[in-house]
Amino acid sequence: MKPAPLRLGYLPLVDAAPFLIAQSLGFAKREGISLELRPAASWSALRDMLAMGVVDGAQMLVPVPVASALGLGGMPARFEALQILNMNGNVIGVSQRLAARMQNDGYEFDFRDARKAGAALLRACGKTLRIGVPFPFSTHAELVDYWLTHLGLPLPENLEIRTVPPPLMPDALDAGEIDAFCVGEPWGSAAVDRGLAHLLLPGTAIWGFAPEKALTVRQGWAEDNPDIAGRLMRMIWRSCRWLGTDRNRELASDILSDKLPITAEVIDRAMTGRMLTSLQGQEQATSYMIEFFRGAATFPWRSQAAWIGMRLAQRHGLDPIISAQKAAATFRPDLYRFHLRGIGADLPGASGKVEGALSVPTAVASDQGKTILLPDRFYDGQVFDPDATNSG
Amino acid sequence: MNLHIVVVEKDPERAQMIEEGLRGAGASEVTIISQDRGLARKIADCHPDMVLIALESPSRDYLEELTLATGPMDRPVAMFVDKSESNMTEAAISAGVSAYVVDGLRQERIKPILEAAIVRFQMVQKMRAELSATRRALEERKVIDRAKGLLMRARNIDEEEAYGLLRKTAMAQGKKMADVAQALVTASELLK
Repeated sequence: MKPAPLRLGYLPLVDAAPFLIAQSLGFAKREGISLELRPAASWSALRDMLAMGVVDGAQMLVPVPVASALGLGGMPARFEALQILNMNGNVIGVSQRLAARMQNDGYEFDFRDARKAGAALLRACGKTLRIGVPFPFSTHAELVDYWLTHLGLPLPENLEIRTVPPPLMPDALDAGEIDAFCVGEPWGSAAVDRGLAHLLLPGTAIWGFAPEKALTVRQGWAEDNPDIAGRLMRMIWRSCRWLGTDRNRELASDILSDKLPITAEVIDRAMTGRMLTSLQGQEQATSYMIEFFRGAATFPWRSQAAWIGMRLAQRHGLDPIISAQKAAATFRPDLYRFHLRGIGADLPGASGKVEGALSVPTAVASDQGKTILLPDRFYDGQVFDPDATNSG
Repeated sequence: MNLHIVVVEKDPERAQMIEEGLRGAGASEVTIISQDRGLARKIADCHPDMVLIALESPSRDYLEELTLATGPMDRPVAMFVDKSESNMTEAAISAGVSAYVVDGLRQERIKPILEAAIVRFQMVQKMRAELSATRRALEERKVIDRAKGLLMRARNIDEEEAYGLLRKTAMAQGKKMADVAQALVTASELLK
């Protein structure tokens, strides 16, 4: 097989792992891909590189292809998601000033209960709360918005969700520009290690199984290049399967620490779900802190895109039903089935599911009957049924 | 007609170079912003026609908020990635500059400015590359000097012999002299 050149763009984060591992451990070579990885310094730069064809595919925040379909944020092109690269992986943290106030009010940082944490945060913050998220279109922004607006409590007069690039998050906290953040690892841990933040919750406390980054391409690219698209998807699937195996995680942290500006010890916290919540605090064991493979993590469920599309529409004054439909179309479970059939991938029978319905691991119908879905509850117990028009 | 351009650049020397180029191309007002703090707000307060920022700047994502500023559908600031000008956009990307323009600013007014920006950013890029090459050369010379010193003391040879020995070893192993020198320095530190 003649090696086919392929260029993928990424941001140096823990969840760039499927790309980095594909290159380091030969999954690219196995598919006859001559892989060129291009780091980018910002999500907007990466999105433009993808739009302009400087790269063929990119690690992208899941809401970005959705926002492109809704015409939000001056997107230069339409995108679609071929596969999910990882579920979860985010943390919410507060400044030491806020943490001290919350503690004085009797809040015990349990790193678990989103309702209690939200109530304590709103009580302690006063009139102003500025929360940093990496990008206007990000799972982080969706988690924070869902969390705060579903507490059933009055929100601070000056509530701001601000964009702060992840590597700059600790600095923004230090400079007093934000009071709290929701960010992907390792940047939450980086803020803890600098003594600037106390971690409040993992993202999973708000939505148990939230799609985070997706293998994203320009709309139509996968159909125009079926051979290379198939190789790319098989490569990523194998990489994710390797990452989803517990005994590989330590080696994964080692390999990643070579490629990212972070030590293996810090990467390990997210990889093993043993989070250090503050410099004084103890380690908190967190289930499903970051998932690359288990629970059909790689499958692009249209219901996940629909949920994000509906939430974005509600915030930006668009029709939620039409937006949910447009959003769902940016996820391509059809291509997933087409390209991953016959390599051992278990293919779920449905393309969408009810989001938020599972509180324990649950088996669902698939072609090999092996798919176990993981708990995906929203903290307030709501469910999202993409087929029901009155959902949300 | 006025054309107000904001340039986001930390280094004052580079910023000045870019500003000169833009004025030469017809920009009537150029504002340099060198700090990330409150970047989105500062830019919004300027009401610029165009914003230029290095593609490699992580601060770029701050600007994305502007594309949502007063309601998503009237987009006061649109991004300049226009397929009809794909040559120029590619040139911009390879020069490492990204641009945001106010929606409705006419193409013929953007073009000369962006062309000037591309030329200046290319110059900046070249300067940066030269600077890092110089820095690397300096560091390599330093480590070679240290390795020479180690060899001179350990084997009681003069500087020229030490240099020759390093060069011979590097050639024999098909490595760079600086790498051989670095290995020697690292090893000697371990043996201390």
